Amino acid sequence: MIDLWRSVPPRGRIVIALALAALLALPLAADRYVLSVLTLIFYFAYVGQAWNLMMGYAGQLSLGHALYVGVGGYVAALLWLKLGIGPWLGVFAAVATASAFGAVVGWLGFQFGIAGVYFALLTIAFAEFTRIGFDHLALTGGAAGLFLPFEEKRMGEWWNLRGGQLLFYYLALALASGAVLLAALMARSRLGYQWLAVREDETAARALGINAFAVKMAAVVISSAMTAVGGVFYAFYYNNLFPSQVFEISRSIELILAPIVGGLGTVFGPVIGAFVLTPLGEGLIAVTGHFGIDAPGVKAVFYGVILILIISLMPSGVWPSLAKLLGLKGRVP
Amino acid sequence: MTALLAAANLSKRFAGLVAVDGVSFEVAAGEIFAVIGPNGAGKTTLFAMIAGTLAADHGTVTFAGARIDGLAPDAVCRRGIARTFQIVRPFPALSVEDNVVIGALLRRADMGAARAHARTILEMLDLADKRAFLASSLTLPDRKRLEVARALATDPKLLLLDEVMGGLRPTETDRMVATLKNLNHDTGMTILLIEHVMRAVMALASRVLVLHHGAAIAQGAPEAVVRDPAVIVSYLGAGAAG
Repeated sequence: MIDLWRSVPPRGRIVIALALAALLALPLAADRYVLSVLTLIFYFAYVGQAWNLMMGYAGQLSLGHALYVGVGGYVAALLWLKLGIGPWLGVFAAVATASAFGAVVGWLGFQFGIAGVYFALLTIAFAEFTRIGFDHLALTGGAAGLFLPFEEKRMGEWWNLRGGQLLFYYLALALASGAVLLAALMARSRLGYQWLAVREDETAARALGINAFAVKMAAVVISSAMTAVGGVFYAFYYNNLFPSQVFEISRSIELILAPIVGGLGTVFGPVIGAFVLTPLGEGLIAVTGHFGIDAPGVKAVFYGVILILIISLMPSGVWPSLAKLLGLKGRVP
Repeated sequence: MTALLAAANLSKRFAGLVAVDGVSFEVAAGEIFAVIGPNGAGKTTLFAMIAGTLAADHGTVTFAGARIDGLAPDAVCRRGIARTFQIVRPFPALSVEDNVVIGALLRRADMGAARAHARTILEMLDLADKRAFLASSLTLPDRKRLEVARALATDPKLLLLDEVMGGLRPTETDRMVATLKNLNHDTGMTILLIEHVMRAVMALASRVLVLHHGAAIAQGAPEAVVRDPAVIVSYLGAGAAG
C-alpha cells in the first residue's frame, strides 16, 4: 500500500489528499440535501467500482448486478429484523450469500463457454428469477416489501447503522474510498494483470498458462461480494426493500452507468462517472421543475440526450479524456 | 539423446478428412526442430494437438517424461511449453511491457520480479525501446517479436513457434533467425517450429520433419530432406523430381 502511494505522482497525491480532506470536512458547511446527493454519488462510485472490476478489468459483462445488491440487502435486513443481528455482522452473511449467487452465475457461464452478450443474458436471467422468487417469498414480505422500522431509541446506534444523514455520508465516503483503494491494488496485482489478459484475449491468456476459468470466477466472486456490501448500505439507508425495485433490470443498468461514462477499466473512472451523472440527474430535476416542464419522462429524455452526448464525445470515458488533457502518461490510472 | 518432447502415432480426423495421420517424432532437449510441408499438410493441426488446443483422436504426446495429451492449453503452458500464434494475438490495449509481464507472472508472484524479468526478455528481443508503446501500435515484425517475448517470459523448456517468420521481409526474417539462434545457443532453449520460410528453416533447424497430406514423408537433417525426391514431389508436384 505504501508502494502504491509512492507510485502516485506528487500532483496526484496533492489532489487526492485535498479531495479527501474537503469531503471529510464538508458536513461542517453543507446542508442535508448536498450531503444526500454526495452520499448517492459515493454509493454509485462504490457499486460502479465493484462492477468495473468484473467488466472493466476482467472483461465479463454483467447486466444483473442488481441481484447482488438485492441479495446483500435482504440478507442483512432479515438478520436484523428477525434475529436482531446487526449489519456489521450481517454484512458477512450478505457477502457470503451474494458471492455464492455470483459463483453459481459465473460457474454456469464460464464452465459452459457462455460468453459476451450471452453471458450478460444469463446474468439478467438470474436477477429476474430472483426478483420473481422474492415476490413470492413470505419470509421477506413478498411483493409488499420489507421495512426496517424507525425506532427513536435506536437513533445514533451507528454500530447498527441506525442514524442520520451524517452517518451514511461518512459510511458511503468510506466505502467509495475503500473501493478506489482496492481497485488500485487489484490493478497492480498478479490477478489484476491476469484479468486484463483474459479481457484482451482469452485464447492468448490461456496460452500463457493463465487458468481463465479460475481468474474469471475470482472476478465474479469479488465483484458480487463487493456489490453485496453496497446492498447492505442500501437497505439500511433507505429502510425498505421491494423486489420489484431492487432486482429490476433498470437498477442493474443504473449502477453500470458511472463506470461506463467515467471510464471502464480505470481506477478513478467510476468515481468521476458518479460525480458527473448523479448531480446531472439531480440538476435536471431542479431545472425541469423550475421551468415547469416536469411532465413524466422529460427528465429521462434530457438525461438520455446528455448521456448520448457524453458517450459520443468521449467514447472511452470522461476520465481517460480528462487524463489526456492533464497530460498523464501511460495507462490511465 | 533424451527426448524432451515425443509425439507417438498422433492422428486427427475432421469429418472424413485425415488432417494428421499417425505422425511420430521426437525433439531432443536443446535442439531446434522444424516441421515443414505445403499448405494443408496438417502442420497447424499437429501443433494444436501438442499445445492442447485440439484433442488427438489417437496417439500420445509425452513431454519431459509425462503424458500431456488431453491437457488444457493453460496446463500445457504450466508444464513448460510456450507457444506463439500464427496470426499474432497481442493484448492490444496493454503496453508492450505489460504484455510480457503477464507471461512473466506465470512463475513469479511478485510484480517487481515479473517486471524485471520482462525487461530482460524485451532487451533480448530488441523491443526494449518500445516497451511503453501500446501493443496495438506495433508493426507486424515487432508484433511477431512480442509474441516470442511473451512466450519466453513464461520460462518454457520448449518453445513452439507457429510460422513466426510468416509475412516478414527477408531482412526481418534474418533478424528473427539470429534472435532465435542466439536464444538457442545462449540458453539451450529447445525450439519446435512450424515454418514456411525455407531460408529460415535451413538456417535454424538441426532436424526437419516433412508432412504431406497429414503423413510424415521424410525426417532428418535439413540438407538431406530438401534433396529427398518425395519431398520435392510434395512441394512441386510429380515430374519436378527428375
